[in-house]
Amino acid sequence: MEATGLSLLTVILFLPLVGMTIMFFIPGDQGRNIRYTALGFSLVTFALTLVMWASFDPNVSGLQMVQRWEWLPSFGISYYVGVDGVSLLLIVLTAFIMPVSIFASMASHIFEERGREKWYYLFLMVLEWAMLGAFMIQDLIVFYIFFEITLVPMYFLIGIWGAENRVYAAVKFFLYTLAGSVLMLLAILYVGNQAGTFAIPDIVRAVQAGTLTFPFDGLFSPQSYLFMGFFIAFAIKVPLWPLHSWLPDAHVQAPTAGSVILAGVLLKLGTYGMIRVLLPVFPEATVAWAPIIGVLAVIGIIYGAWVSYAQDDAKKLVAYSSVSHMGFIVLGIFALNGQGVQGSILQMVNHGVSTGGLFLIVGMLYERRHTKKLADYGGIWKALPIFGAISLVITLSSMGLPGLNGFIGEFTILLGTFGSDVLGFFFALFATLGIILAAVYMLYMFQKVFMGELDKEENKHLHPMNWMEYAALVPVLVGVFLIGIYPALFFAPMNSTVTEIVTQVSHFVTTVAQAVP
Amino acid sequence: MYTETYPQLVTLVILVPAIGAFINLFWGARLSERWISAIATVASSLAFLVAVLLYAYLVNNNYQGVVVNPPLLDGWIRIGTSVEIPWQMRVDTLSVTMMLVVSGVGSLIHMYAAGYMHGDPMYHRFFAYLNMFLAFMLILVTGNNFLMMFVGWEGVGLCSFLLIGFWFDKAKGVGWRNSNAARKAMVVNRIGDFGMMMAVFMIFWTFGTLDYYRPGEIANTEFGTHGAEAAHVEGEVAAEGEDTEAAAVTEHEETAPAAASEGEAHGETAVVYTNNDHIPTEQLGVFGKTMRWVEEGGHEVDFGPFSLPFETVLVLITLFLLLGATGKSAQIPLFIWLPDAMAGPTPVSAFIHAATMVTAGVYMMVRSNVWYYEADFTSLVVAIIGASTAIVAGFIAIGQWDIKRVLAYSTVSQLGFMVAAVGVGAYSAAIFHLLTHAFFKALLFLGSGSVIHGVEHGHHLAHAGHGHGEHDHHDAHADAHDHHEEEFDPQDMRNMGGLWRNMPITYLTYVVGTLALAGIFPFAGFWSKDEILADSLVAGVQEGNLRGYIAFGLLILAAAFTAFYMWRQVELVFHGKPRTEAARRAPESTAVMTIPLVVLMIGSIFAGFLNTPAGVLGLDNIFGAHRFSDWLSATVVHAHAGEFQWLLALSALGIAIVAIFLARRFYAKDSPLVGEEQRDPLAVGGFGAAWSLANARLYWDETYYRLFEGPFNALSKFLADTLDWRFWHDYFHNTVIRDGFNAIGELLSKPVDLGIIDGVVNGVGRLTRWLSGAVRGVQTGYVRTYAITLLLGVVIVIVVLLLPLLQTNG
Repeated sequence: MEATGLSLLTVILFLPLVGMTIMFFIPGDQGRNIRYTALGFSLVTFALTLVMWASFDPNVSGLQMVQRWEWLPSFGISYYVGVDGVSLLLIVLTAFIMPVSIFASMASHIFEERGREKWYYLFLMVLEWAMLGAFMIQDLIVFYIFFEITLVPMYFLIGIWGAENRVYAAVKFFLYTLAGSVLMLLAILYVGNQAGTFAIPDIVRAVQAGTLTFPFDGLFSPQSYLFMGFFIAFAIKVPLWPLHSWLPDAHVQAPTAGSVILAGVLLKLGTYGMIRVLLPVFPEATVAWAPIIGVLAVIGIIYGAWVSYAQDDAKKLVAYSSVSHMGFIVLGIFALNGQGVQGSILQMVNHGVSTGGLFLIVGMLYERRHTKKLADYGGIWKALPIFGAISLVITLSSMGLPGLNGFIGEFTILLGTFGSDVLGFFFALFATLGIILAAVYMLYMFQKVFMGELDKEENKHLHPMNWMEYAALVPVLVGVFLIGIYPALFFAPMNSTVTEIVTQVSHFVTTVAQAVP
Repeated sequence: MYTETYPQLVTLVILVPAIGAFINLFWGARLSERWISAIATVASSLAFLVAVLLYAYLVNNNYQGVVVNPPLLDGWIRIGTSVEIPWQMRVDTLSVTMMLVVSGVGSLIHMYAAGYMHGDPMYHRFFAYLNMFLAFMLILVTGNNFLMMFVGWEGVGLCSFLLIGFWFDKAKGVGWRNSNAARKAMVVNRIGDFGMMMAVFMIFWTFGTLDYYRPGEIANTEFGTHGAEAAHVEGEVAAEGEDTEAAAVTEHEETAPAAASEGEAHGETAVVYTNNDHIPTEQLGVFGKTMRWVEEGGHEVDFGPFSLPFETVLVLITLFLLLGATGKSAQIPLFIWLPDAMAGPTPVSAFIHAATMVTAGVYMMVRSNVWYYEADFTSLVVAIIGASTAIVAGFIAIGQWDIKRVLAYSTVSQLGFMVAAVGVGAYSAAIFHLLTHAFFKALLFLGSGSVIHGVEHGHHLAHAGHGHGEHDHHDAHADAHDHHEEEFDPQDMRNMGGLWRNMPITYLTYVVGTLALAGIFPFAGFWSKDEILADSLVAGVQEGNLRGYIAFGLLILAAAFTAFYMWRQVELVFHGKPRTEAARRAPESTAVMTIPLVVLMIGSIFAGFLNTPAGVLGLDNIFGAHRFSDWLSATVVHAHAGEFQWLLALSALGIAIVAIFLARRFYAKDSPLVGEEQRDPLAVGGFGAAWSLANARLYWDETYYRLFEGPFNALSKFLADTLDWRFWHDYFHNTVIRDGFNAIGELLSKPVDLGIIDGVVNGVGRLTRWLSGAVRGVQTGYVRTYAITLLLGVVIVIVVLLLPLLQTNG
């Protein structure tokens, strides 16, 4: 399937960069032109990802729409893009979150205070490019570069347009994630060196054929060290408990769009990397470490939820809820069966939509009241009836109400966990407790903000929603209902790819069980 | 009658209320009250009509249920070939019973609410929620798999949340109290949902499917053979059948097996099966599989790391399901949300928190009767939980002053009867009691709403001319009584008395409801409660099961409590002298509210005859014998007709009558309350301590707060503030890691000062400076410096690390 000319993926990937270049030449005082250029490019990109989905063949397990150019042949590095069942929905998600974030940015007032609108949208475009690249690229080195580049625009988004403590948060975010990926780089270099190529599909083929092996004889063996090199980088990105300390800072300080993209897409780079690299390249180490990682994930689910409940800052509450939700996703991946992994991929999308939606809501409240303290609200549903109703739906989707999107992901993940050969009953039991806690903190937030008496004078005369806010929230609602009512549509394209990955890993379950007592 | 395609209509039963909800939600604000309530009530009535058509279908098809695929949605959760959970409905005698109850009682309550909610600013929202609830409740009962049931289960929970918190914006903290009650209901129910989820996972990995039945499968094969046997004696069939047509169908079915065996020989294709023997095990639904595996015996279920005997698995599944039922059906230990749920408008209490939603747990367990029947241990637990809930709630009800709270605890208690019935294997009695209870408890709640409404009006009349609209104070603790010195609670029975004079229709219907609930012959409750008691006794004495004795002993005492607290209420509310000006001037409610009362009263009188036992006063000649049990047993495999025992029935009746007379002794006076503080006569007598305990609701909520909620909150604060923030975030990261890193950096920076690196640094540095210069204005130069250093870091690391690679490959 070597495409001549540009494949659709390459077009999608570089479209944001083209947009960025055009915007670069628009003078900074023409805010309107800049905004709409960014919006236009992000919408076209999203439309093209839908075309990509339409032309995607769900029966093929390998990469599709591949384009490969040698770049540094002597090192085995190439520009290599392709899409399969794992990355398809994440690419669509990225392109979906972008216009939503741009609408939210257009509706916000951050530029009145901070200015530099042009640079803001430039960074958003760079960010989109980098995220799309990370999901499309199949070469480890280039993947690593994209993985890291995402940090730069996000760093500036937080550092310049963030809240009071933005500098600290931006630096911490940058340092923390960067530190994690240093080990990954080492591991990448070693793996590439051994394989003679950095192309992931080639490496995976070699591993499956047995021509490339990483010695494994227990939890601590060369393959496990390589596994760890990748895993720590991904786990920080997720973030998996207890590596989550950067997240509340970054989320609380970031501007709304930054939080939406961070939660919506950037965190998924970690879980995506796990499925893309860890499972197929280090199957034995994956199987061996799965129960331990599963324990961390379950702790994260419960801990994140529990800590979330004690927050008095709405944004911090949502940030910690991410720790809990991402725990579900990691758990599903390491269930190492079709239900778990597919549930995780869908839950990545769900979390992007729902938590992104929650951050939008908190942002819109902040726009009106300039506070994120729960205690400053109360009875908002009465002041803003439509906004209240939309918020309720998104809250419910986040706490996993059946019929809405979050439930489908959680249910399939837990179903997979229960039936997993490596995790099983007790993991499912404790993780399922998370659904109780989700109701505890989510309803707490909803009640404190939207219910109760509308008694504070400042809350009585809030602006109704404007069209840009509708434009940001309505697509989220569509996602919430569509995935909740007809998830078969979303499971269909991922099945062959995931089945292939899972089948390969599961071969090792019994052999590893003998190696690891 | 042509009924073959009727089951397809089942989609409408959900769709119509959903459309009603949709219209009112989006356009209701622009419609008049008349239109809003008309849309909602018509939607509800249409759903009832469809349910009646489905009933007609079942009658014409020998009660055999069918599986229906809704149009348009071909699947729901589908993961390759491993998981297949469709949107699929089940029309059978159990689901149609529930549909009829839900939409029938629902329609009456919709009509009543049209009057009750008059003047509420959120009128349209209320009816939208009510319709939405109906749609979810009907999903719950019509779904053909456990996950669809769970969708309905959670959906009704959501509507319950919305309706309990409907008046979330009331002043003086009442709004917060209402919304707290709403949140409490949902969170407590989530604990039950945890059980449901676990059960669903376990069911899936045991059976490979969540479907109750597959298309073509027969739920109760015994029912078919029973019909066939009976059919040999022509006369009997005619007597048993609904009408001649039904008899004709029975005959047709009966000849079918013969036709099937001969048909094969003759090469004919019209094969009608009366059992599932032709279906391979893996193509059966969960219950069919269970019966086959039980029959075969020795089946083991493999759960990956461990495997369990099938019987143990059933015990676990049923226990997890039971946890779900204790949440939704308000049983010990999770019943605490239901009394608080009375914060919602009274029609909601009648509809959701008495007649329909709270019975979902009972429905679910009866739906799973095949499992509960096999799981002895669970049945014991179920019986204990149900019976003790019945008695505990019944006891608490004696000590309550709030008219709705008495009814709330009464509901908890009656749900306990139903659950206990499931525990002793009286599945048809459980559903029978569910049905009769729906009538009389809805009646009582609506009656109490009428009383509250009247007392509120009376209060306004007593304080006439204070300029407020008449209708904006439905709530107990209404908001606008600013210039009255004292709070007036129209739900407090101490503020009532003697209402029978002004509210004759409400009074009459309320007394009938009370007698029905107390189990007085010949009202509906007598028959259904008697069947539960009789079945418990049979389970205990004849089958020698411990659970039978436990259930019987506790339930008969709970029945006495029931009669007592209900008659106490009648005395306090309607009899004696009015204790307030409000009660003296309370007017009767309007026709739109009293008509549903009368209709429900008729139901409360006659619903019991649906299942008259054989040979009682010749009633079975008029109403037929065990009609309801027969109807249910087409679906509920282990349903059986209860035996009528004269001795038991008479003693239960006697106990109820004695309890009523006791209540009369204490409360049947002109002014039963004692002293200035209006204390309960029981509180001052020898029962003072017990009464106070009932009044304090056994300190149940307080205990839970001490044991669970308090520690949970404290731990949450500790985790968030101390562990996660002060230790992990501040100390560990900012002190240990950052300072340590700086120290190492300091150490390393001195020797590593090479020319090459400087060159790269300068080149890249210029680039970044330019970039960051473009975005200058960051408050300090701090960020910029950091950014540059970090970018450099990446570049340098890459370059340095690529060096060895160059050697090996180059």
